[in-house]
Amino acid sequence: MNIMNILTQPVSLSHYLVVGAVLFVCGVICMTAKRNLLGVLMGIELALNGANVNFVAFSSRFLRADGQSAIGLDGQCMALFVIVLAAGEAAVALAIALCFYNNCTTIDVDQASELKG
Amino acid sequence: MESAVLLPRLLGLAWLLPLGSFAAIVLVGPRMGKGGRGAGLLATGTILASFLLAATALGVWLGGHPISAGAQDATGQHRLAAGSDHPALPGSGTHGAPPHAHPAAPESIEPVSGDWYTLARFGSLRLTIGYYIDALTVAMFFMVTLVAACIHFYSLGYMREELHEVTDPLVTLPSGEKLNRPGRFARFFQYFSLFCFSMLGLVIAGNLLMVFVFWELVGICSYLLIGFYFERQSASNAANKAFIVNRVGDFGMIVGLMAIWGTLGTLTFADTKDHAGNVRQAGIFSQVRPAAAGYALRVPDGMVRFAARFEIEQIGKQAQEAKGSAPQMAPWGRDRALPSKPGLPATESTIVPREGHAARRSNPALSILSVGVGESEIASRVPLWRAQGYGYWLLVIAGLGIFCGCVGKSAQFPLHVWLPDAMEGPTPVSALIHAATMVAAGVYLVGRCYPLFTPEVLLLIACIGCVTLFIAATIAMVATDIKRVLAYSTVSQLGYMMLALGVGGWVAGLFHLFTHACFKALLFLGSGSVIHACGTNEMPALGQLRRKMPWTAYTMLVGCLAISGAGIPLLGGPGGFGLSGYYSKDAVLAQLRLFKQSSPLGGWLFYVAVAGAGLTAFYMFRLWYMTFAGPARNKHIYEHAHECPKIMYIPLVVLAVLATISGWSVWGTGLSVPAILEQARPAGTAAGVAGGLLLPDVALPPESLSHDPAIHTPAAAIALVMALLGFLLATAFYGLRVLDPEAARRRLAAVYWLLRNKWWFDEAYQVLFVRPTLRLSAWAAALDTRAIDWFLDHSVRGVRALATLDDWVDRLFVDGLVERMARWTHGLAIHLRGVQTGNLRHYVMQIVIGMVALFVLLSLYWSYAASGWGLY
Repeated sequence: MNIMNILTQPVSLSHYLVVGAVLFVCGVICMTAKRNLLGVLMGIELALNGANVNFVAFSSRFLRADGQSAIGLDGQCMALFVIVLAAGEAAVALAIALCFYNNCTTIDVDQASELKG
Repeated sequence: MESAVLLPRLLGLAWLLPLGSFAAIVLVGPRMGKGGRGAGLLATGTILASFLLAATALGVWLGGHPISAGAQDATGQHRLAAGSDHPALPGSGTHGAPPHAHPAAPESIEPVSGDWYTLARFGSLRLTIGYYIDALTVAMFFMVTLVAACIHFYSLGYMREELHEVTDPLVTLPSGEKLNRPGRFARFFQYFSLFCFSMLGLVIAGNLLMVFVFWELVGICSYLLIGFYFERQSASNAANKAFIVNRVGDFGMIVGLMAIWGTLGTLTFADTKDHAGNVRQAGIFSQVRPAAAGYALRVPDGMVRFAARFEIEQIGKQAQEAKGSAPQMAPWGRDRALPSKPGLPATESTIVPREGHAARRSNPALSILSVGVGESEIASRVPLWRAQGYGYWLLVIAGLGIFCGCVGKSAQFPLHVWLPDAMEGPTPVSALIHAATMVAAGVYLVGRCYPLFTPEVLLLIACIGCVTLFIAATIAMVATDIKRVLAYSTVSQLGYMMLALGVGGWVAGLFHLFTHACFKALLFLGSGSVIHACGTNEMPALGQLRRKMPWTAYTMLVGCLAISGAGIPLLGGPGGFGLSGYYSKDAVLAQLRLFKQSSPLGGWLFYVAVAGAGLTAFYMFRLWYMTFAGPARNKHIYEHAHECPKIMYIPLVVLAVLATISGWSVWGTGLSVPAILEQARPAGTAAGVAGGLLLPDVALPPESLSHDPAIHTPAAAIALVMALLGFLLATAFYGLRVLDPEAARRRLAAVYWLLRNKWWFDEAYQVLFVRPTLRLSAWAAALDTRAIDWFLDHSVRGVRALATLDDWVDRLFVDGLVERMARWTHGLAIHLRGVQTGNLRHYVMQIVIGMVALFVLLSLYWSYAASGWGLY
């Protein structure tokens, strides 16, 4: 199946999965490429939200071929969990960032290499 | 009953107080005041408190057992008369009882005895901390604490220099300097307290084991105090000598104790009673001199049975065969089945089977012998065996063993060599230990165990005492060291005591012990102040000191008069009037004179003792004249001499008063030392001791007869004349100097030579015992180094070679493997280290790449799995 085919199809689960994958890959690239710690955090948020899109899409009743929901609201619940988790993670990570800045007057992650073996 | 409760508490407290002082000084002694001064005060205070308690106890005792006026002379007579009224009790006709002696009346004064604490129990042997309190115990407590208190006070002054650093002029270090050491004031009083505790424990002891324990404690205190200046070679040698010589005696004592325990099953003096007053276990005294036999000396059932054990075995076998029963060697059940009537008091005639029963049960060796069968036959045969002399030698061994210990401790003839050397200790030690109390322990024990001694043993005691008294007195005549004169005098006076005890003068011997304690402590303390003032013991360097130290000189004169037995016969009564030694020595001599009438040997003993009286006066006055009279022989010493401080001469005055009055009786009451002692006379000895199996002729006369003026007055007169002769001779030689000692020495060169060398006892022991022992030990040491060490060396070498091999294997294989693995792991870790860059983005990349790789692998796996692994 080629990618142009998808564009010609009506919106289905695959489209959502493609969006999720794109979001995830963007997040990962952001994580690896950014030297700014806040950028890295944003990459993490992107990756998490990519996953969230997948959860919600898999769980959606309207996207199933038979129109029946077999999963119920489990995906949505999981997405909410991930959002809360992401909020917590952001709080901790920002605190780390602050501390890091206090110590090194920078938030360049390349400077944080004290754990080098 | 009041005194039975009160006396153990009073005396027990008086006994334990010095222990408390000892413990306190051990823990914090040197920190008590400056240089440990507080330790001295504490020790003195506790002994003073003990003295007050002992005095109270004496008052309680006399309150419970008053002495009527004139009782001193009449007691013995009265008792004899009362004894003859008694019909001979059944059982007293056995051989142990002397055929001609009347069974004495039961003792009216029973000792207060009991146990404070049971240490251990082995079968029927109970090891207890017990007490046995009679008039002798109470009087000894009074005397020991009184003399010890005086000596403690004196020591506070005498040992003052120990408060600071001491430079000992007699010890030269290898560097050539004199030894400089810290003072040992606290330590001195610590030992003193321990000594007082041991001596009082010995006196109050209720059983022979406790006696032995405190006996040894006294010995160790003596060792510690003789070796007080242990840096001096002579002092440490003397301490060793005293200790080792005493061990020789103690060996005999242990033999005696084992003979008693092994056959009688108990070491307790008195009967053990339960709360109702019934006898649970008969004590030594009531087994040897049972009340049922009129307190006559009788070989106890236990000893008879032990001696006749083979016959008993035979009877048991026969009885079993007669019964036809299977051999049944379970004596315990049968034993219990025997009718033992615990409700009956010891005076009942049933005591005989019960006694044997108890003894047998206590002794496993005997219990095997008695198989339970034929018991009635055995019991009926015991009197017969006893009459045949079974077990008599056991009694003799027990007595000899105990006396052997006393020979060591009281420095009697073969073992007297330690006492003069013991003068190396500080002078108060000599006064306390080697004059007044420790050496008295032996005499005390002979007095305490008196009921045990058979006539043969007593005769041996008398002979030993006699020899000791003579030898020591002769050596004292030529000794020039002031303390050695006193030491030999002590040995000699102890000989008197033993002699008196050996010929039946129980009260006389112990009375002399009491008076001697007072005047010998006085004399030693006096010599101590002379040494303190002059710094030398040698009498030829002294002289004329009475002008410099009048208190010391005249109190010592009182002591000399007392020990010489100065008195005026026929003044103030039939006994005469004199210082304490006059009474006690006369009592000894009167008893000897009585014995002389009944035995040919007695003549020798009597004449030697009389000669000893003369010698005593001679050497004592020789000492006094050489020290205090005549010209000052050494001007330098004389110039520096000075009277001792008050704390030292006041005890001298107190002891001088005691030495004067301790023989007197309180006016109008008859209360005197012999009267008190008379209350403690062992039951059954008032009528004399006789009827030994080995020497049936020997009969020790009853002491009461010696109070007869016909016996007593001539003895006193002869003693006084001899003492006067000695005194005059000493005066002629050393006081007026009309005779020249030098000339006499030349004339009697051989005798002088003999005496000056102390009869060569030390040399003889050196040759006979010390050198062979040293040679034996040298030989053993050679064996040790040549053979045993050689063997050990070689076996060690083999073990070493084996260990080297093992070491090599260990290093090469075991360690090699482990080390190789460690090195490999280390190398891997070094390589992997590069992955850990510390860079966050690298980690993220690794995660991503890892995930992608995982994903690719999984999809490959799945596609292969879906296509059936590509096999088809």
